[in-house]
Amino acid sequence: MSDHPATQSLLFGRLTLDALPLHEPILVATFAVVALGGIALLALLTRYRLWGYLWTEWFTSVDHKRIGIMYMVLGLVMLLRGFADAIMMRLQQAMAFGGSEGYLNAHHYDQIFTAHGVIMIFFVAMPLVTGLMNYVVPLQIGARDVSFPFLNNFSFWMTAGGAAVVMMSLFVGEFARTGWLAYPPLSGIAYSPDPGVDYYIWALQVAGVGTLLSGVNLVCTIVKMRAPGMAMMKMPIFTWTALCTNVLIVAAFPVLTAVLALLSLDRYLGTNFFTNDFGGNPMMYVNLIWIWGHPEVYILILPAFGIFSEVASTFSGKRLFGYSSMVYATVVITILSYLVWLHHFFTMGSGASVNSFFGITTMIISIPTGAKIFNWLFTMYRGRIRFELPMMWTVAFMLIFVIGGMTGVLLAVPPADFVLHNSLFLVAHFHNVIIGGVLFGLFAGLNYWFPKAFGFRLDPFWGKMSFWFWVLGFFFAFMPLYVLGLMGVTRRLRVFDDPSLQIWFVIAGFGAVLILLGIVAMLVQIFVSIRRREALRDPTGDPWDGRTLEWATASPPPAYNFAFTPVVHDGDAWWDMKRRGYQRPTEGFRPIHMPRNTGAGVVLAGLSTVLAVALVWYIWWLAALCFAGLIATAIIHSFNYHRDFHIPVDEVVAAEDARTRLLAARS
Amino acid sequence: MDTTVATIDRTVFHLEEEHGHAEGGSTMLGFWIYLMSDCLIFAVLFATYGVLGGNYAAGPAPKDLFELPLVALNTAMLLFSSITYGFAMLAMQEGRRAATQAWLAVTGLFGLAFLGIELYEFAHLIHIGATPQRSAFLSSFFTLVGTHGLHVTFGIVWLVTLMVQVARHGLIPANRRRLMCLSMFWHFLDVIWIGVFTFVYLMGMLR
Repeated sequence: MSDHPATQSLLFGRLTLDALPLHEPILVATFAVVALGGIALLALLTRYRLWGYLWTEWFTSVDHKRIGIMYMVLGLVMLLRGFADAIMMRLQQAMAFGGSEGYLNAHHYDQIFTAHGVIMIFFVAMPLVTGLMNYVVPLQIGARDVSFPFLNNFSFWMTAGGAAVVMMSLFVGEFARTGWLAYPPLSGIAYSPDPGVDYYIWALQVAGVGTLLSGVNLVCTIVKMRAPGMAMMKMPIFTWTALCTNVLIVAAFPVLTAVLALLSLDRYLGTNFFTNDFGGNPMMYVNLIWIWGHPEVYILILPAFGIFSEVASTFSGKRLFGYSSMVYATVVITILSYLVWLHHFFTMGSGASVNSFFGITTMIISIPTGAKIFNWLFTMYRGRIRFELPMMWTVAFMLIFVIGGMTGVLLAVPPADFVLHNSLFLVAHFHNVIIGGVLFGLFAGLNYWFPKAFGFRLDPFWGKMSFWFWVLGFFFAFMPLYVLGLMGVTRRLRVFDDPSLQIWFVIAGFGAVLILLGIVAMLVQIFVSIRRREALRDPTGDPWDGRTLEWATASPPPAYNFAFTPVVHDGDAWWDMKRRGYQRPTEGFRPIHMPRNTGAGVVLAGLSTVLAVALVWYIWWLAALCFAGLIATAIIHSFNYHRDFHIPVDEVVAAEDARTRLLAARS
Repeated sequence: MDTTVATIDRTVFHLEEEHGHAEGGSTMLGFWIYLMSDCLIFAVLFATYGVLGGNYAAGPAPKDLFELPLVALNTAMLLFSSITYGFAMLAMQEGRRAATQAWLAVTGLFGLAFLGIELYEFAHLIHIGATPQRSAFLSSFFTLVGTHGLHVTFGIVWLVTLMVQVARHGLIPANRRRLMCLSMFWHFLDVIWIGVFTFVYLMGMLR
């Protein structure tokens, strides 16, 4: 508090023209590209008069399917930003040898590795995972929507608001230079007086509210909204993993909220939670943030496990092997994820007994995870395997994830961890499990459910190009980091002295270029698929001969999902219906009760985002105004009692008759 | 849900009637889950107080600061407000709108009294130099107790909003549901306060 710059103005707080990074040519060029692209996009939207359509049909939509798609778009856009950071780091590290400083100064480089981690976890992996759960879970359980549709819209916009705050830090001021978890005392006001850490704090707080509320929402949806007959042990396995993930979200994200609030109190009010003096304890922060952070990695991986289970079963044409063991393994992982946080800092020095406890709990997690791998293998065993894209990603996952899992068990051994802590071995390990596990799972899910969402498949040729570039790129980019880590190279370094190390960084850089090609191929795949959508069209709604309820309805599904609520008799409900002569009803439709769209979520999240920026720059009047606006909007919204409507029976009949004709034309 | 299906014919694959997920049917569960997440925020603050609460940094300790009679009075205010909220809910069950409103108003007044006493205590501490910046103990004390106080403040704003809504629309199902949610919130804050009173104030005097 005391060392705030004297140049604060009443109107703009500490925001001055100096905050614009005009002295950084890389940033100016980036800004020019982003600005031109943005202007072009806005011009196109205006030219084709799409604003009204986007606002009424998408931005204010409470339809879980549209919200899910918006989450996916957000995640894919942010993937480009996060990857740009990654390849810049790879280039810097491959160049900065033999006295060369590379092309990034320390100030900029430190922001890049922080932003890369934050963006990839919070604004790529989380939106993609949440988006898939949002889209798929209500369909899989035969529901019309989630429990709280308005809250769902609000959650999405909070996540998007957090992403906007991070993106803003690129061009106004700077981002944190602390690493992705912002450990104090480095992230305290004494060592980071600039607005970087404040951007970090408020971006995560805004997005965190969205994540927490969507977690509450999906838990309620799964517990309360299942179709009749769908007992817990008849739920599709993806829904099970989604349930466990959302339980973890509800039980972990409040810890992040609280610990970041304490850090901001240290920074804004001068309290002494994590300071070096007046009794503060920085290790308290490290403990608390990992009590959130470790469950977080399971929040990401469990839905990916669910996707692999659905894919392995569908494309092997068999029931999932060991369904109940899969469920128990998922639940055990959920519980154990709370008992391992200390393995992220064995070197804190908590003593042999404490370290042994956490080392052992960590190793125990590999048992349910290993059981899952065997379940997938036995599902494939003697199945008629179709190597479509989702299945290819699944097989690649099983190969790569096992390597990452084993290096994880190595790191769980405290004496080994003392050597490998903070090294590139660790960096290689978690990229191994997050890329090979979470990201490949999301790509499998994207290829698997895309035809459900849009009515046509993704192009297989470009999908395979993307697959091979990603898989090969992964090995080239991260296997060298294992080697370097074993040789003792620590993470987050900008320049190197030992020239013998350079070749490994060059190989890793080559791997990053391959991954770049993989990302480009994926964008081309989406573009080509849209161009060739008639050739790739699936009129049946069931392109893969699926087993769960989402394949029972049209692709894309109507707003109401199912004209009649399905009744479930079997774990693979749709498979069971197909086997036992289910006839799709063609008459007797009724009006359907649905929630009404509302703009309140956009307004509330917009105000929260401006509030965050105002707090970053100490613009107190604006912060107070936004806060008052938030309360007022929330109260006014609560006076709106008309939140639902009925889809008239004519519309239902028209939509269902169109599908009847489509199915008849095919047969 | 499952019992009805057991009797359903195995060849029935869909319901003819519109399936009744009653409006707001998940609200109680959803709000309960939200409360548990809020409880975790308090758990973090309690844990922080537990770890840092003895770090006085050569500053004042609980014994030098806390006045138990005042805290006892404050606790009584909050406990009474929980009882009166209970009376409001009983009146709501019987459909007596005026009585509901009256008990809600009394609850709000007890809440305001609690906040007033808390603010007086905080002002007094800051006045004698025991500020949140003074030591990690005081940082965690002010944050834990202050977060509870902020919750009570939001509860009062919510209570007033609901009173206006009950005045406008009566005890319709939507309003009854909202009153039930606030009821859970209010009693939850009471439970948290008992934790604060015990661990911060009573145990603090023993340290």
